[in-house]
Amino acid sequence: MKAGVIVFPGSNCDRDLAVAFERAGAQVQMIWHKETELPTDLDIVGVPGGFSFGDYLRCGAIAAQSPITRSLIKHTERGGYAIGICNGFQVLTETGILPGALMRNANLKFICKPVGLKVETTECDFLSGYAQGQEITVPVAHHDGNYNVTDEKLAQLRDEGRIAFTYTDNPNGSTGDIAGVISKNRRVLGMMPHPERCVDALHGGTDGVAMFRSLVDSVVAA
Amino acid sequence: MKVRVDVMLKTGVLDPQGEAVRHALGNLGFDGVEKVRQGKVIELDVAEGTSEEQIKDMCEKLLANTVIENYAIQVL
Repeated sequence: MKAGVIVFPGSNCDRDLAVAFERAGAQVQMIWHKETELPTDLDIVGVPGGFSFGDYLRCGAIAAQSPITRSLIKHTERGGYAIGICNGFQVLTETGILPGALMRNANLKFICKPVGLKVETTECDFLSGYAQGQEITVPVAHHDGNYNVTDEKLAQLRDEGRIAFTYTDNPNGSTGDIAGVISKNRRVLGMMPHPERCVDALHGGTDGVAMFRSLVDSVVAA
Repeated sequence: MKVRVDVMLKTGVLDPQGEAVRHALGNLGFDGVEKVRQGKVIELDVAEGTSEEQIKDMCEKLLANTVIENYAIQVL
């Protein structure tokens, strides 16, 4: 199982994400954003949290136009796995790989704390290690995590079972309490909370472990 | 050639920043401000002869996120 983590100027969760993949048994390589092509043998590409390009224009907007991101779009079109966490989720929505947009938190504050999440579907290789309806605790750290979609799109996401997680106590004004969504082919996950920050008991929790492990297990089994 | 692009949140998209500004105006004693919407202005200096089509393309691809924002182009 080979994982790649894209590093943009301003990414700051890239190493944590690499450790989370490694601990789950993946071989990880870091990929600088100026590379024009992703290695073709990658099973999964991680887009990490941080403040790519200083959040200029809009969070994730400049990173979404980076050469490596064009290669990421091709990777997802080929059915490759990808996960975008926090700023990575913002990048995935800016590219259009995932629907919706992340706006400024409703209370206008940067929110940095552990939050409760409810697992809304397990029909996804990232989520099969959890139980449907399970509540887990994962930290958030963002200023722009207020997920916005139209009513029609929200209904579509619900119909297709593409809401990965909802907040048990919505911290940011997100539509439908949405904390994470998956792509139509169920192989791309975007979420604002940081599962890579809870893979070690010393960091305050291990509720993120199941996500990385179930993904690695499904890829290895395939 | 100078071009001005106004980017505003679409009607119906809640604007927490505009709402905070409206509140602050009220606190300053400015009564009757019913609504504030905050957006951004982007000024471009482009080569003569750049078509409106090209500027529209810039807006669609980068300057605005058309999921939540509208844009208006003005050639100055």
